[in-house]
Amino acid sequence: MNLSTTYMGLQLKNPLVAGAGPLTTNVGSVRQMEDAGIAAVVMHSLFEEQIRHDAAELEYHLEHGTESFAEAITYFPHESEYRLGPEEYLGQIANLKKAVRIPVIASLNGMTPGGWTDYARKIESAGADALELNVYYVATGVNDTAPEVENRYLQILKAVKKSVKIPVAMKLSPFFSATASMIKHLDEAGADGFVLFNRFYQPDIDLETLKVVPQLNLSTSVEMRLPLRWMAILHGRIKASLAASTGIHRAEDVIKMILAGADVTQVCSVLLRSGVREIPTLLGGLEEWMEEHEYETIRQMKGSMSQKSCADPAAFERANYMKALNSYR
Amino acid sequence: MRNRRKVTIDGNQAAAHVAHRINEVIAIYPITPSSNMGEWADEWSAMGQKNIWGTIPLVAEMQSEGGASGAVHGALQTGSLTTTFTASQGLLLMIPNMFKIAGELTSTVFHVSARTVATHALSIFGDHGDVMACRSTGFGLIASGSVQEIMDMALIASAASLESRIPMVHFFDGFRSSHEVMKIEELADDDMREMIDDQLVRAHRARALSPDRPVLRGTAQNPDVFFQARETVNPFYAQCPSIVQKHMDKFARIVGRSYHLFDYVGAPDADRVVVLMGSGVETAHETVEYLNQHGEKVGVLKVRLYRPFASDAFVAALPATVKSIAVLDRTKEPGAEGEPLYKDVLTALGELYPEGRTKLASLPRVIGGRYGLSSKEFTSSMVKAVFDELKKDKPKNHFTVGINEDVTHSSLVCDPNFVTEGADVVRAVFFGLGSDGTVGANKNSIKIIGEETENYAQGYFVYDSKKAGSITVSHLRFGPRPIRSTYLVNSANFIACHQTVFLERYDMLRYAVNGATFLLNLPCPQEQVWDHLPRSVQQQIIDKKIKLYAIDAYEVAKQTGMGGRINTIMQTCFFAISGVLPREEAIAKIKETIKKTYGSKGEQVVQKNWAAVDQTLANLHEISVPGKVTSTWDRPPAVSEKAPPFVCEVLGEIYAGRGDDLPTSAFPVDGTFPTDTARWEKRNIALQIPVWDSEVCIQCGKCAIVCPHATIRMKAYDPKWLERAPKTFKHAKARGKEFEGLVMTLQVAPEDCTGCELCVEVCPAKNKQETRLKAINMQPQIPLRESERECYDFFLSLPEMDRSKLNVATVKGSQYLRPLFEYSGACAGCGETQYLKLMSQLFGDRAIVANATGCSSIYGANLPTTPWAQNIDGRGPAWCNSLFEDNAEFGYGFRLTLDKQVEYAREMLTRMAELIGHDLVTGLMDANQKDEAGIEQQRKRVEALKQKLRTLDTPEAKNLLSLADVLVRKSVWIVGGDGWAYDIGYGGLDHVLASGRNVNVLVLDSEVYSNTGGQCSKATPRGAVAKFAAGGKPAGKKDLGLMAMSYGNVFVANVAMGANDNQCVKAFIEAEAYDGPSLIVAYSHCIAHGINMVKGMETQEQAVASGHFPLFRYSPQRAMAGQNPLQLDSKKPSIRYEDFAYAQNRFKMLTKSNPENAKKLLIMAQHDAVNRWSFYEYMAARNMAATEGTE
Repeated sequence: MNLSTTYMGLQLKNPLVAGAGPLTTNVGSVRQMEDAGIAAVVMHSLFEEQIRHDAAELEYHLEHGTESFAEAITYFPHESEYRLGPEEYLGQIANLKKAVRIPVIASLNGMTPGGWTDYARKIESAGADALELNVYYVATGVNDTAPEVENRYLQILKAVKKSVKIPVAMKLSPFFSATASMIKHLDEAGADGFVLFNRFYQPDIDLETLKVVPQLNLSTSVEMRLPLRWMAILHGRIKASLAASTGIHRAEDVIKMILAGADVTQVCSVLLRSGVREIPTLLGGLEEWMEEHEYETIRQMKGSMSQKSCADPAAFERANYMKALNSYR
Repeated sequence: MRNRRKVTIDGNQAAAHVAHRINEVIAIYPITPSSNMGEWADEWSAMGQKNIWGTIPLVAEMQSEGGASGAVHGALQTGSLTTTFTASQGLLLMIPNMFKIAGELTSTVFHVSARTVATHALSIFGDHGDVMACRSTGFGLIASGSVQEIMDMALIASAASLESRIPMVHFFDGFRSSHEVMKIEELADDDMREMIDDQLVRAHRARALSPDRPVLRGTAQNPDVFFQARETVNPFYAQCPSIVQKHMDKFARIVGRSYHLFDYVGAPDADRVVVLMGSGVETAHETVEYLNQHGEKVGVLKVRLYRPFASDAFVAALPATVKSIAVLDRTKEPGAEGEPLYKDVLTALGELYPEGRTKLASLPRVIGGRYGLSSKEFTSSMVKAVFDELKKDKPKNHFTVGINEDVTHSSLVCDPNFVTEGADVVRAVFFGLGSDGTVGANKNSIKIIGEETENYAQGYFVYDSKKAGSITVSHLRFGPRPIRSTYLVNSANFIACHQTVFLERYDMLRYAVNGATFLLNLPCPQEQVWDHLPRSVQQQIIDKKIKLYAIDAYEVAKQTGMGGRINTIMQTCFFAISGVLPREEAIAKIKETIKKTYGSKGEQVVQKNWAAVDQTLANLHEISVPGKVTSTWDRPPAVSEKAPPFVCEVLGEIYAGRGDDLPTSAFPVDGTFPTDTARWEKRNIALQIPVWDSEVCIQCGKCAIVCPHATIRMKAYDPKWLERAPKTFKHAKARGKEFEGLVMTLQVAPEDCTGCELCVEVCPAKNKQETRLKAINMQPQIPLRESERECYDFFLSLPEMDRSKLNVATVKGSQYLRPLFEYSGACAGCGETQYLKLMSQLFGDRAIVANATGCSSIYGANLPTTPWAQNIDGRGPAWCNSLFEDNAEFGYGFRLTLDKQVEYAREMLTRMAELIGHDLVTGLMDANQKDEAGIEQQRKRVEALKQKLRTLDTPEAKNLLSLADVLVRKSVWIVGGDGWAYDIGYGGLDHVLASGRNVNVLVLDSEVYSNTGGQCSKATPRGAVAKFAAGGKPAGKKDLGLMAMSYGNVFVANVAMGANDNQCVKAFIEAEAYDGPSLIVAYSHCIAHGINMVKGMETQEQAVASGHFPLFRYSPQRAMAGQNPLQLDSKKPSIRYEDFAYAQNRFKMLTKSNPENAKKLLIMAQHDAVNRWSFYEYMAARNMAATEGTE
């Protein structure tokens, strides 16, 4: 049985990729994941804010209150070499590359063009096999128009593509008016892959302190339906690879995604919740199903249930909605 | 020819550069202005920088200078090349060891940035008082006068000490030389290798203690032999000067700069000569050259090696023609018949001339004078005044120069218009705020010009004595020739005012020469600039034909993302219009240095600075100057005319920057100043101030208690007073039973507030409709200034609350008390001053404060004014600072006096009971003074006693009258920082706590030496980066409270106002009420922690929640009652240590500079926190048996 797959030109031993998350911050746990059978890892994200903030914060604190008072002209030792957030990140890429054989995909999370695209180049030099761009943009401005927002994504991708040779994936949110068209444009602009979808962490309100607080919940299996639909819709219609992300918790989820058209499936919440030991369970389940259903390769499976290939293409469209409503009644 | 780098550095760095490379062990302790030398040494070692033998010097911080000198002595005795750096009181603490080191003929050099020794006042500035106190130790004394000389002489002194075996103090003037930035030639490692003879190094090592060749040193000797044995060193001292000269000559051969024991500069046939040492020689040199060019015949003799004093070399260096000599001493020896150098000169001439051992035509007349104490300016006009005096038939001896000494009339008159500086020197003065980056930008400009061009460059920076909203004045010189002007720029051809508000406060153009350029940062369109200037400034611009330029720098900063920092913008303006470099070249160089300076902090920072440079040029305008004055306003007086005469005439003048003009007669003779004076300084430094919303307010008092500057206050009062309230004055119905029928007001002092926002941060009340708003909210100050000033004045006029009716043991109750510590010069958002203010509210009217040197003594008592205030009855804290190291003992002395005086007064009361009346005497003797009501009653009794005593005309009655006030219970407070309590003063503190006497010790624990710029103390937590712990502090924080608890009879409390303000108030009250020693360790967030100061109280909360700083009260009285004396006031750690630590740059920066070590130390620190908590929990849970007699 051949579980191998190709993702953005990377040859992977199976379609299971560890998605961007806290597990990849530690070399030890990445090693464990490799031992458990993961085919590639996406590192935790280097945030644009981190690139800007780390530098600004250090500058602020080293300079705040200085040159004001004769006895305390400064408050910290004179400048030495600092490894700011981005440098640490680059160091981590190099460490991971040394520690594991599987591909290491770096992740940059930002929302404005310029500045941080330099880091894409540095990430490439540090040895990353590919780069995932997570453009996390919440268009809150009442004057933000859809074309402006879409253009922002295109500009960022183009800038990064210009500066690196490694494959670049776009991790997107599902909140576009015309998701397919957006993806097509990005595909034409050179995206090597799409990771669908990003989960926006929605803030909550603390009723005691009356403060807005960040709320981080792990995904559940139910959430995989959204990417599932888009895998199916996009498969065979774009050049770029497809990675399914969000809600992939069971072997069945992996299988469904591949059938819908995913080249790889990214798992994160399940590993955080149940640990690295879930990896062999997922892979075992996949193999079992393939054996049972007499599939030899992932290639055979890939997209066999996509909109293009399935018996009922309308099922992925609006008609599906009516059916769903009716079945509920 | 060896290739040597040109560097622009200050004197401290120059000394440290050599010291670090030619030593193996360096023992350090912080003291201004020498701390930077130790900081450099520590950082270089932390970075792995090696000495000339290829090994990294070991740098160790000690607990005091006494400790440092002991460690130096030990390291020397065991054969290491060892050094230290110090000044002033620090050097004094080293004296005992210096006698030993010299007595044992041990080679070493101490580098000393000479500083004033505290007498009637402390001063951090420079003179030779400290060095002169070491004359008898047997150390050689070698002086440097400029930054280049400091580097050179540091090496020469070390080489000479190794050969002569005479230890040396290498000294240079504190601040003037230690902090002056100069372009110099840096000595190369090869220079040092050539100068330091390895054979001598091995000889030094061979003399060391070793069990492999054991010897005995440091014996005790009896009268039979001590004297003879003491004389054995004579040949070494006799040879020392020639050895020093030999090494000066060797240095000249290697490096090319020539020095002599005494260097003469001037006319070979001079009739008048001045003799001096230190930085003043440079000014004298400049003046001599000028005067000789103008037809005079004068000279200056520069003293390099002061001890051993080489009389032969001295007289040989004098021109044979000299008729009169003035010897200038930068020190004062009251009671002596002259200052030291003067007497040495007299002795040399008196001994050698009669023996015919001089080439002098006649015995010159010698006069002596004092100059430059505490960095008092020493200018060419003063040098000229001295030469002029020497011309007179009867010149004044024992004169002073540079001040108006109008009591004994010793001073010489100087011509303020006498200028010796060449026209080719660019002389620029910049007025800025500490926070706007002016000094940093100027240091950068000096580097650009010094290192990128052939020009010479000099920078000297004058700072404020206030830490919040402080003004800086930068004095820069650039020119094609070496710069010898070791005085402030007093004839500037470029003046820049970086803050508009200075137009109202300072006469900046007084420094301007005719035709100078004046650059102004003013937030208005260019056509309105002229109208914004006060009359006197307009007049000066017209009279002196000044070219006026203006820019709205804050607008440019805003546009380019620079926030409030206008440094790069104003620097660009300087280069664009001063002509010091071609404009394009200058701009390119600014950009290059921005890249160099900020490169390590990230590309973003570089980019925004570059953008600021570009935008500046587009926004800088020359303003056309009309022919006449048009303004309708002028600078207001520095302080209100309502202030007392002493405040107006003396303190106000200091505040206005005219302290130099005050004569001797203006000052108290013994350093005693009035309190209650800070209220006259209206500094208006807050851009935004808190504004009260009376409807949202719950009247909890939290905002008032955390206010570091006592600028947010509460009063409850009868509503009848509101009749004459200003229109905008706000009030609310006072909440709480004790305030029945009253209204209350929360009022902000708009002109004293620093805008720190701590109050807003802690306010727990929220506006129901708009939750972003609280009961106090920040609003721009300027629109509110007038109306709020009126409201605040009215608020102050309202009657104070009756102290006896308030529950002062609560946050709310305590905050209705008038603070007697207000408007200090502490940093905006300071974490220490709240505790002092609380103490002053609770006990200030009967408190006497012993204050260790440090932040609290500086914001508490740096002239012009003091925050220590008085209540309506004229009572308030009496305050004194003795030293850094002795504060516990000093305060203990207060207690001894009070205890003795109370005892004596009670004895007299008993003896005089018949005369005074038994009821009154019994009342006085048995008074219960445990609370405010009891104290109030005792005050009344004492008043009655005094009235009675005034009617009795007996010596005993008069005696008792002079002591009657002690019968009202006094509160002794011993206050200081962790540097004092944990380190330098710990021995004394321990003794005082063990004494059992009733003193209250308040340790403002900021976990570093804050005042000297954040050096590591034993209170510094593990893993924090501090100066002297550049690689992160490896050891955990000392648990001072636990150590004090071990005595059993000491009340101990850990408090952190931001974590639990109520516990804090209770701890203060219990500590003060306890009739025995009390120790309060108060966690104080600090600017040196690298935190957002607005969040100061939150960091205190995190310190407690992480278990880093558990809150507790340990009460010996509970033990007496059979209870466990330890009561834990905080809960089990609820957050990780990491969450506390990594919110602060002091910890976080280690993760950037040394991530591996940071990780290791964090794990250990987490264990510390957990273990500390577990231990306290265990202690607090023990069952105790009642103990008797623990008190």
